[in-house]
Amino acid sequence: MLNFLTRRLIVAFLVAATVMTLAFVLTRLSGDLATSIAGANATQADIEAIRKAYGLDRPVLTQFFDWVGRALTGDLGNSYFFQTRVSTLIAERMPVTLTLGVTGLVIALFVSIPLGILAAVREGTSFDRAVQMVALLGQAMPSFWLGLLLMITFGLQLGWLPISGTGSWQNFVMPGVVLAFSAIPALTRLTRAGMIQAMGSDYIRTARAKGLSRASILLKHALRNAAIPVVAIAAVQLGFMLGGSIVIEQVFALHGVGFLAWESIAKNDFPVVQAVVLVLAVIYVALTMVADLMNAVLDPRLRV
Amino acid sequence: MSAATMVNAGPKRGWKSLSTWIGAVIVGAAMICAIAAPLLVPHDPFAQDLAKRLQVPFWMAGTDPAHLLGTDQLGRDYLSRLIWGCRISMLIGVTVTVVSGLIGITIGVLGGFFGGRIDDAVLFAITTRLSIPVVLVALAVVGLLGTSMTLLVLTLGLLLWDRFAVVARSTTMQVRNLDFVAAAWCAGCSRFQVLSREVLPNIASHLVVVATLEVALAILLEATLSFLGLGVPPPLPSWGLMIAEAKDYMFFSPWVIVIPGVALFTLVLGINLLGDGLRDLFGARTDT
Repeated sequence: MLNFLTRRLIVAFLVAATVMTLAFVLTRLSGDLATSIAGANATQADIEAIRKAYGLDRPVLTQFFDWVGRALTGDLGNSYFFQTRVSTLIAERMPVTLTLGVTGLVIALFVSIPLGILAAVREGTSFDRAVQMVALLGQAMPSFWLGLLLMITFGLQLGWLPISGTGSWQNFVMPGVVLAFSAIPALTRLTRAGMIQAMGSDYIRTARAKGLSRASILLKHALRNAAIPVVAIAAVQLGFMLGGSIVIEQVFALHGVGFLAWESIAKNDFPVVQAVVLVLAVIYVALTMVADLMNAVLDPRLRV
Repeated sequence: MSAATMVNAGPKRGWKSLSTWIGAVIVGAAMICAIAAPLLVPHDPFAQDLAKRLQVPFWMAGTDPAHLLGTDQLGRDYLSRLIWGCRISMLIGVTVTVVSGLIGITIGVLGGFFGGRIDDAVLFAITTRLSIPVVLVALAVVGLLGTSMTLLVLTLGLLLWDRFAVVARSTTMQVRNLDFVAAAWCAGCSRFQVLSREVLPNIASHLVVVATLEVALAILLEATLSFLGLGVPPPLPSWGLMIAEAKDYMFFSPWVIVIPGVALFTLVLGINLLGDGLRDLFGARTDT
């Protein structure tokens, strides 16, 4: 188990280091940052001043190691536009994005696990086919479009929910549903496949032969085994959702980390952009680690 | 992603082949629209007519028969823009898949074929790629370097190779140990010959299925980026951009976002249906 842990940790650390390098390279792609920050009307003197002020006159490698060194101590630099520390900005916006991501995941699990179980139990029936069809439809649904349709229907025509802002829990209902939509197809298919596999196995036959009730077989014996991949994918999906929330935050004007990143891209505020890329990647890496660990705890066979 | 396919690989059911046919018809129609767009459009998709702004489509009262699907906020014919948008979606979907396929298949086959250190490096590359938030990084690249079709295709191609790599790697590993590969080795074939003549043809069907699904994914992502204003540059009629431009009018005339959205949804659904059908046909696995 300890061996397993250390190996996972080393890989996670290496991935984070690689993403860090990529995030830095990414923001240097445009060539001369000082010129793009200064804007079209800037004079040569302005550009020089900006280059000095932001330390862009130093060699690229110095800038890189400076950034890495500071990032390791939690200092992600200063935003050019907001004139505050990037870490503060991200910390301020993170609760909105996390609320959205967790809401989306909870909705997705509440829909896809029962659907997956029912489809598996009735494998081959029209209900099963309907569930698979729903999963296909969900996969093809552009999330930003679904968001707009919900806004028109539930926000404007029915007037049930607010269409933008973060004032109350109602603000997170529509964005949460839209975000959940992106995860439901994969989670439903996985639950269904896991349950079908589990239901066909020997220990379920034994449980049946012992005369256990149907509910007990399904929920205690089959689901526990089918849950392993679902739990893993759920954690990974949360990571994808946090990355994908940029679109939904934009549609519903939720001022989370995704919205911050979108604003910063438009303003050439590259310390914020590279920091958000890094933070989201680190969260994703951490979540996949959690998924692996949960798997190892649930299924001792995986601890190799 | 879907492990369902393993369990599912039973006899094909009637509805499955029907849905495959529906998918094939949608994709076929989209390909005709994409290739013959200049011949099919009833009007110039770029010509503005401010006197005829936001004309309603044919199912609403007061429609103009010259514009079946109405006109947009600048008086451009919506049907023509929709057809031209299909051309752009398909073009981007296919070119992105070519780029990502080349990268992913090369990486995956190398890892699966050689194993050992090379495979460790390949797995590491896949893990790293998956930890990068795609939409955000694509937005940042386009935001920094400016909007252009070429840049968009390259960016998405460099970001979307993961599923190709995963499937190419796992299928190559299976094929590598089969008897005919051993026979080829014994016959004195070089590594390159074994790879190109024995391995690649035998994993090709799996890769075709992945390619289909990737076209759909690339089309959705392009629409998303264009919707956020950092994808296809205006005045090109990308469906995502059409939705973004029409957003201000959607509360009064919902059809302006319904039409391009339905087109996008239908095309992606059609490609996925076709891909699922091909997967059953080939008995291929695409789960990661």
